Amino acid sequence: MSPLSASKDLLDGRPEGSDGIDQLGHVVTGELDLSHGVALYLEDITVSFDGFKALNNLNLAIDAGELRCIIGPNGAGKTTMMDVITGKTRPDSGKAFFGQSIDLTRLSEPEIAHAGIGRKFQKPTIFEQHSVFENLELAMKTDKRVWKSLLAWLSGEQRDRIADTLKLIRLNGEADRPAGLLSHGQKQWLEIGMLLMQEPKLLLLDEPVAGMTDDETMRTAELFVSLAGKHSLVVVEHDMAFVERLGGKVTVLHEGSVLAEGDLATVQNDPRVIEVYLGR
Amino acid sequence: MRTPLSVRFLSALDTKGWLVLGVFLTLTLLVVPLLNLAVPEDSAFHVSAYFITLIGKIMCYALVAVAMDLIWGFGGILSLGHGLFFALGGYAFGMYLMRQIGRDGSYGADLPDFMIFLDWKELPWFWFGSDSFGWAMLLVVLVPALVAFVFGYFAFRSRIKGVYFSIITQALTYAAMLLFFRNETGFGGNNGFTDFKRILGYSITAPETRLVLFGLTALALAATLVFAAWLVKSKFGRVLTAIRDAESRVMFIGYNPLWYKLTIWVISAVLCGIAGALYVPQVGIINPGEMSTANSIEIAIWVAVGGRGTLIGPVIGAFVVNLAKSWFTVSFPEYWLFFLGLLFIIVTLFLPQGLVGLWKKFAARKGVAA
Ligand SMILES: Nc1ncnc2c1ncn2[C@@H]1O[C@H](COP(=O)(O)OP(=O)(O)OP(=O)(O)O)[C@@H](O)[C@H]1O
Ligand SMILES: [Mg+2]
Repeated sequence: MSPLSASKDLLDGRPEGSDGIDQLGHVVTGELDLSHGVALYLEDITVSFDGFKALNNLNLAIDAGELRCIIGPNGAGKTTMMDVITGKTRPDSGKAFFGQSIDLTRLSEPEIAHAGIGRKFQKPTIFEQHSVFENLELAMKTDKRVWKSLLAWLSGEQRDRIADTLKLIRLNGEADRPAGLLSHGQKQWLEIGMLLMQEPKLLLLDEPVAGMTDDETMRTAELFVSLAGKHSLVVVEHDMAFVERLGGKVTVLHEGSVLAEGDLATVQNDPRVIEVYLGR
Repeated sequence: MRTPLSVRFLSALDTKGWLVLGVFLTLTLLVVPLLNLAVPEDSAFHVSAYFITLIGKIMCYALVAVAMDLIWGFGGILSLGHGLFFALGGYAFGMYLMRQIGRDGSYGADLPDFMIFLDWKELPWFWFGSDSFGWAMLLVVLVPALVAFVFGYFAFRSRIKGVYFSIITQALTYAAMLLFFRNETGFGGNNGFTDFKRILGYSITAPETRLVLFGLTALALAATLVFAAWLVKSKFGRVLTAIRDAESRVMFIGYNPLWYKLTIWVISAVLCGIAGALYVPQVGIINPGEMSTANSIEIAIWVAVGGRGTLIGPVIGAFVVNLAKSWFTVSFPEYWLFFLGLLFIIVTLFLPQGLVGLWKKFAARKGVAA
């Protein structure tokens, strides 16, 4: 079994625990409903920091199973957009829906994670003092209430899942090392592995290949492409070779709103995009 | 196959840990009582009542230090108000001890002396049930738990962190101290509770009672260490340290830090309450001074000196600092606070891992040389 098909086994075919109540015991606004083919829907989102509009009437729709790339100059609002989707930042106005029925503006960060959105930060954020294995263990999809954590004990099946992911992210030799000792690229992979352990429906990846070697970058692209279809992915990147390899639709953000959208070739030839971003 | 809970509990400590614990319990439950009761007082091997009270008191402090390590060392939350929970446990048990005086007080009345002095005719409502040992034990646990839960819930829900949290805990214990200083509050004002006579009907000054209290304190400390070791090795403990190191990551993988912080906060407060309840009958007094801000800061110093996040370090820190303190207060009382300040500065600047860190460094160097 190749590592990539292992990843599919890892993420697919697992029973969904969505019965309208997430594992923190809170009622979410609805089950994840992808029946209309839309995974993520942002409408007229505005976020201002002290009067400065980091997002300005942003509109974006991601289809179920789509792999979307977001590009744009520094400060365009890409990270802020992910903050809105994951509940870290509340928009001043606008709508944000996950599927048809889950209102993201009303849920907390852990509730959104349970609803099925996973996020990789721009700066790799892992638990540096914990071992690589423990990082994956903590991320694994399971009941995350205090009581369950007190009595939690890994089953053989769970250990196997962690082992599979370790192999997939090529860190099986490092399982017991403190994550803080990994190289930058390895940390990026570990964070991606943590994301996979969560079994999310929508993956938000903020500059996932920054600091990776060309070889690592291409393997990451392969992994993402293999995940698309069953999962929706939103990838923010500056690395054009990587974006090209991913092959999906591209959205260009500029000053907090969408400047252009389409396949990479179209966008690259758009004079406005060349002026604000690519031409520099 | 599932691993039974008992096996998981046994794996909380390694073999060396269980051995050290066994030695500790043999010393405190067997050797010390024998040397106190069976060896004549003029023998060099006799263990004095003074020594037993001193070590008993320091073991209570050590228990508080372990509680502080759970929340500070593992949870990354520095409380500068843990003296409050200690005092609440002490007062809760002190109420029972006051009722055990019965009519042997200086006024020969049913009410505690300070109430007669205030010209009160009956017990205030919150003294209800205070003549029952079981009720007192319940209060020892529930009062610190409730105060910690309510305070912690609002503080953690508002995401108050770092130095802001520490300052608020200082304010909390200070406010409680002012409240307990008032005679009308009903806890004996600035004199607090003292002149205890009995506990469960037994004379509180009898050598046997003293030894039982000493032994119970040793057991409580040992049990707390095992419990704490199990806790920090559980997945709960890993989530807790993860919150300490990267809280936002923890939230985005689906844990709600509020409940994790609140759980360890309440556990820590309850442990302090138990320590306070063991402390009061051994020392024979509880007054609002226990809630002073300086007391709570001192708890943090024990933990820092011993080594944060090591569990055993805080026990060592509590012993080292308090043994030094009892020596200073006899020999050079006026220099104690200077010494304490100096110690804190040295530890902060040169020993970030405390004495345990120093020992580890030393052991590692020896290991390399060998
Ligand atoms: N918490 C905040 N307070 C004030 N300003 C902020 C805050 N967060 C973001 N900004 C500002 O909002 C703008 C958008 O920032 P954002 O991080 O979303 O950009 P980005 O597209 O991710 O850029 P980069 O490519 O550099 O990562 C920037 O000008 C930034 O300075
Ligand atoms: Mg960014």
